[in-house]
Order: sequence, then C-alpha cells, then structure tokens
Amino acid sequence: MNFTLRVWRQEEHDAPGRFETYEVADVEPDESLLEMLDALNDRLIAGGAVAIAFDHDCREGICGSCSMTIDGRPHGPGGGTTTCQVYMRQFDDGATITVEPFGASAFPIIRDLIVDRSALDRIQEAGGYTGVNAGPKPEPNANPISPEDAEEAIDAAICIGCGACVAACPNSAAMLFTGAKITHLGRLPQGQPGRFARVQDMVEQMDSEGFGGCTNFGECEAACPKEISIRVIGRLNRDYLLGVLYHPRNPRGGMKPQ
Amino acid sequence: MNLDAAIPDGPMQEKWRIWKDNHELVGPRRRSDHVIVVVGTGLAGASAASTLAGMGYHVEAFCYQDSSRRAHSIAAQGGINATKDYSNDGDSVHRLFADTMKGGDFRSREANVWRLAELSTEIIDQAVAQGVPFNREYGGLLATRSFGGVLVERTFYCRGQTGQQLLLGAYGALSRQIRAGLVNMHTRHEMLDIVVYDGQARGIVARDLVTGETRSYPADAVVLATGGYSNVYFLSTNAMGCNVTAIWRAFRRGAGFANPCFTQIHPTCIPATAEHQSKLTLMSESLRNDGRVWVPRAGDEQREPNAIPGSERYYFLEEMYPRYGNLVPRDVASRAAKHVCDQGLGVGPTGRAVYMDFRDAIERRGEHEMAARYGNLFELYEQITGETPWEVPMRIYPAPHYAMGGLWVDYTLQTTIPGLFAIGEANFSDHGANRLGASAMMQCLADGYFVLPHAVTDYLARLEVPHADPSHPAFAAVEAEVEERLQRLLAADGTTPASHFHRELGKIMLDSCGVSRSRPKLAQALKDIPEVGHQFWSELKVGGDARSLNQSLEYAGRVADFIELGELMCRDALVRDESCGCHLREEHQGADGEPIRDDERFANVAVWENRGRAVEPVRHVEDLEFNEMKPKTRNYR
Repeated sequence: MNFTLRVWRQEEHDAPGRFETYEVADVEPDESLLEMLDALNDRLIAGGAVAIAFDHDCREGICGSCSMTIDGRPHGPGGGTTTCQVYMRQFDDGATITVEPFGASAFPIIRDLIVDRSALDRIQEAGGYTGVNAGPKPEPNANPISPEDAEEAIDAAICIGCGACVAACPNSAAMLFTGAKITHLGRLPQGQPGRFARVQDMVEQMDSEGFGGCTNFGECEAACPKEISIRVIGRLNRDYLLGVLYHPRNPRGGMKPQ
Repeated sequence: MNLDAAIPDGPMQEKWRIWKDNHELVGPRRRSDHVIVVVGTGLAGASAASTLAGMGYHVEAFCYQDSSRRAHSIAAQGGINATKDYSNDGDSVHRLFADTMKGGDFRSREANVWRLAELSTEIIDQAVAQGVPFNREYGGLLATRSFGGVLVERTFYCRGQTGQQLLLGAYGALSRQIRAGLVNMHTRHEMLDIVVYDGQARGIVARDLVTGETRSYPADAVVLATGGYSNVYFLSTNAMGCNVTAIWRAFRRGAGFANPCFTQIHPTCIPATAEHQSKLTLMSESLRNDGRVWVPRAGDEQREPNAIPGSERYYFLEEMYPRYGNLVPRDVASRAAKHVCDQGLGVGPTGRAVYMDFRDAIERRGEHEMAARYGNLFELYEQITGETPWEVPMRIYPAPHYAMGGLWVDYTLQTTIPGLFAIGEANFSDHGANRLGASAMMQCLADGYFVLPHAVTDYLARLEVPHADPSHPAFAAVEAEVEERLQRLLAADGTTPASHFHRELGKIMLDSCGVSRSRPKLAQALKDIPEVGHQFWSELKVGGDARSLNQSLEYAGRVADFIELGELMCRDALVRDESCGCHLREEHQGADGEPIRDDERFANVAVWENRGRAVEPVRHVEDLEFNEMKPKTRNYR
C-alpha cells in the first residue's frame, strides 16, 4: 500500500510548526501506523534528516504513551483503540493521512508529535489515592465488596491516562479522566475516607491547569481507548456538589488573626 | 569480588524476622537529611520510592517515560500469587516456596525465595488498602484462580489487567508523596551512569530528555528498579523503551552481573510476520487451558487450517507430554514449538508459528462460556492480526519475555557496590533459571514495599560518612564521560540508523542464545557480536543534537549497551555447560530430548565482574545451598 502523510513538525515549544508531507510506499497492510513511522524515520535518518519525534512505549494499548490525532480523531479510526493499535489495513490504499499531536492548551507541544501531559499527573497528585503507607494492613476479606461495586470500580480504573478525552473535547475538559479516578475510589470502601476532600482537591487542580468544563458533547467517551463511560462525569459532579455543600475542606471555619 | 549473600542465621522460617529485629535504625528526625535516588517507577520503583518517602526520607525518583504511571509493569496481565489459601486447598508458605524453587530449576537462593513467599500475603493486604479493585466472588470476597503448572488456586487478579491496577496503586502512593514534597519526580529523565567514590555509590548522572541537559544527582543510596533486558533480542514482549543501560552502567562501574544468560521465552505470543514488526504481543498463558496446540503433519501443507482433518494434525504437546498436555510449563512448551518449526512443520508466512486451536473448546463449552473466559483476548488477537480465533486457529510462537538474570544482590538487595541496590526484574535473585507465572509482580512489590526500605535504612544507619559530597571530583568526571559518550554517538558519520544493528543483534541472540543453545553456535555468536559492535560505531547515523529532545540519540545509546550485553550473555551461556530452566543446552539432553541439569558443576550463580574495556570479564561463583528442599529432576511427561 502507498500513502501520503502530512505530519506536524515543530522543533520545540516556542518554535513555529508546520505540516510536512512524506510519501511512503510498499507498506504492508499488517503494519501498524507506528511501524510505518519507524520505517519513515529510518529513511529520514539515513538521508541525514531529523527523525519525527513521537511518544510510544508498550505498543499494546495499555501504557498510555502514544498520543496522535490521526485524520482529526485522537487515536485515529476505529473505536476502543490507542494510536499504537492502528493498522494500515484500516486505511484506503493511496490515502492521504494527517497526523498531529493531541491538541489542548493544557498539553503544550514539546516537539513534533510529543506533548506535555504532566497536568494529568498533577490532578492525580492532588488526591487520586487512598492515604495509606506501606506496613501492616487489615485482612482484606474482613471487608467484603460486592462484585457489582468491584466491577464498576474497575470499569473506571482501567483509564490509561493518555489524554485522548481532553484532545477530543471541544472544551478541552479533563473531566472523564478525573471522573474515572473519582468513580474508581468512590465505589470502594477503601476510598470513602477523604472522598469529598479528594474530589474538591482534584477539581481545583483540574481547573487551575486550564482544562475546560464538561458541556455534554460526549466526544471524550467516543475517543476513549478504554471506552470509559461518560457516567463517571455525573459521579464527579455529584460528589463535587455534595462535597462543596456538606463536606467543606475546612469544616471548622476560621478567621485570620488581626 | 565479595559474594557473601549475608543470609541471617537461624531456621528458614525465622530468618527474615531475625534480620528485621536486628537491623540498625535511622531516627525519624534524621531521615529527611538523607537523599535516596530511585531509578524506574514500575512496580518495584514506585513501591520503593513511595515507601521510603512515607518513612520520611527524601527521594529523587527518575523515569524515562513522560509520566511515572507508564512503566512496563503496567502491561502484566495474569495475576499475582499469594499464599492466602482462601480457596482452602492446603496452600502454605512452604508450598509457594517449593513451587518457585522447582519452577526456577533449583538455581535460586533459598532464603530469598522463602522470604518472598512469606511476604506474598502482605502485598495483597497492601494493594487492597490502596483501592486496587481485585476481582471478587459473589459473596464479596477476593477471587483467586490457578496459574501455570501449580496445583492450588493462589493467583489474585483484576480481569486481565492486574499489572495495570497494581501499578496504578503504587503510582497513587507515589503521587501522594510527590504532593507532600517528599519525592522529587523527574519524568523524561534517563539515568546514564552511576557515581561511585570511596567504594560507595553516591549518586547518578541523568539526562533530561527534553532539554538534553546531563547533570549529576548526589545521593546517600541509589536504588535501581530499571526492569529487564529482553529487548536485547530486538523483538520481545517488552515495551519499546525497556533497556539495560542503567544496570549495564552499574556493571561497568563494578557491580557484579549475575546469570546474564537466564532469560525467559514465553510460549504464547503473536508471531513476527515481517521485517517491519517492532514488537511481539503476549497472549495470556491462560489460553492454554482450552487451546490445543498443533501443526500439520506434512511439512509442505498448503491447505487452510480448518480444511486439515484431525488425523493429519500433529498435536505435539499432547503427544509428547500426555500427562500435562497443553499445560506444560513455559519453557517446555517453547522448546517444543521451536522444535517442530525447526523440522519444517511451522505455519504462517514465515514458517515460525504453530496453531493454537479453540474449535474443540468452543464446541464443548459453547460460545457464551468461551466469550466470558477469553473474549477480550480473542478481540486483542483479532485487532492485531485481522483474523478471528472464533473461526481460524490462532498462530502463536515463543517470544523473549523476562530476564531472570540481572545485578547480583545479597539478602538485603544490595549489589556488590555498597549503597547500590537493585530491585524487581533488575536483580537476579528469586526466579533462578525460569520464572513461574504470576510471580514477577509479587517479587517487585515484596522488594519495593517490604524489603528494600528496611535494607536501605540499615545501610544508612551504618554509614561512616553519612552524606554524599556534591563537590567530590567523581561527579564532574562521570558527567564528562557521559557527555563524551553522547558526542561519540552523534559524531558517528555513517548512514545506517541504530535499528539496523539492533535487528542484527537480535537475530544472533535469538538464534544462539534463545531457548536452545550449543557450544558451536555460542562460539560463533561471540565472533559475530563484536563485529556488529564494530559496524555500529563505524556505520551509525543518529542525526539531531544532544541539546534537545532526540529520540534517535536515546535509542542509539541503548543499542550500544545491548550489543555489549549480548556478548556477556553468550559468554555466560557458553560457560554454563548444562541444560536448566528455560535453557536447553543441545549437548545436554536425554534420549527423549529432555534437558539434563548438572548439579555437580552448576548449582551456583555465575557472577561476572567487569575489569575494564580491553579485558575479558571475570566469572565468579556463588554456590547455592539447598537445606529446605533437595534438587529434583523436573519431569512433566
């Protein structure tokens, strides 16, 4: 198969970017998009040019590194897959394919197709955990969890933190990402202590990073490679509201000394 | 080289308690004065960094990925063992110990394995407290299942994503400490060397992969949790970035490298189909519960698999191993698949694959039950190959998966360099010559949560000079060496990208140092690999510069280290003149092709010492003692 690739090239964050066009020939249908880029990169290096930079690691759809917008869709054609799981047989022979980095103002471009998604880590750092250190713990079977709760928790916990939800959202909202963690921990007894402080801290961080708010476009769910349901955003909103109304982070109030 | 494993005296059941009762302590007020570097944020690194910070130490943590949540532990599928005996089938610490010793073909250290079995239950308690959503039974209690070749149900799991969930638990714990300011997290940083002076590890040199800046990070102790090196074979189940550089640099600075040739080839992976392929994907071992493995009896078979009648199919595992059938251990299954393909019976475009057929199981169990058991795996297979296992048999082939070898460590996980610790897959200690399923995550978390933090405390408490001296000339010297190596890579003025040499190395390694090895092939590899190294340095082209994000430069550096490692692996394999664990030495097999171990000469750990670039490395030996369990022959027929 033969393709024309339009790839976003940008030397560094502050440099101007542009689309470069590359012709690639004799691509096997079973080749993945990233393998095609590997081959293109080898050709560029051999010709004395600089290779296209892109994030990737496990190449089996679980690490969340890869992050390309392919023909306008985060993670490309086909549902429930990551960029590394896109195969060239999914395209028509001779097609022109446009490859860009995930776009969002909270994801500044580092180089070419690589963006900085550390804002997602900082949301996580704001509260996406239970407060336990290593050391002796209670016997887990002393606290049974119904399989339904465990199932709903894991349906949310499978988030790979890739940021496709943000890239797909017209508002660049990170609420599917944040809601997934809130739902995962909120569904389990271990996540109950600190549940309402967690949601307030994470939302505050999310807002301060410059992510937008959800207005129910539903693009995040459609782009999510793990098909996480938009219901997690409902849960996020509900917990946030309950938290603000009934569980303020400083319940005793306070006054600044004069 | 001092290879005293420092195993505490006393009965096996008491050793760990005795050690913990007697190690030295650092008072809570003194801990924040100590800086500890932890490299790698997989299960081992994240659990270690978060635990050390939780105790009050100041941790500088590093990972090459853009986030500490992405290390390749995340891809582990199956599960994690623990001797809870919830299923009431008579499990115990001794049984897990015995299974691990036997699985490792009696090439692991008894005291370490016992401690691992003992700590297994605490890991489950810890993970549940973190909110790891393990699968549950209908009563709400934790579910367990059976795994690869053991007779009890002791494997805990979160669907097929146990590694992801355990890693996110550890990542959460790490995130909490980052927020608290106790961990300084350096993402997109790659460790390129360690700094050793006065005989102690005192820091690392790392490169910021975005700005290209290399600088040193002084520390009072250094922990390497940098994973395995299966990418030496080019194609493996590892992530693209997994590399040997951190532990190889430690080896170059004097740390002993133990059993480098012990690598595991996993039998059920989607095979390589063409030159462009960059990665092999594992299909869970659980598929062998229902998949029947076969090849056509005739070598020149042209028919579609479904058109071949049962009488013309060679169900080779069932015929060769009637007792265990398709459920023989990983190494046995891998060897058998390679054997039939060597005979010209392999299938697929390259002839390096065998069928795994679910037709009979679908008929017997029905589609509904099969979908519940394997639905997601069937989907994964279809996504990659474009063929559905519901209709045509899967094609599978063994692929490099895990490195049992790694830096030599004593009972406290300390390498031969004082102050340098190695945990998880980066060390060698617990899996001998073959790792059993569902035990990798167990080891990573036992090391990180429960062993290493105490070992580091003991080390720090005994330090005569408690803190690293950042003005010591060793730091500037190592920085200069790192810079020089980067410039040397960039200066190579050929036209060939690094991937070419990596692929060449992989072919040699897979052929000569894979599941089946022989003296002539290894001797040839020891001639060929230096030749690849020579070509690498004369024909390489990298492009770009060292002062910005340059993935070609990162990759070239890793390939250069893999080439050196490949040579050491072949050297180690050549000296190990026996068949054991995952490794068949062709000169040492019985009439029926079964491996023959040589306990007289090789019941030991081979530890290699670097004596400089121009000199051959020296092999030392740690003899293994078997007091709890005498070595037996593994027989699965």
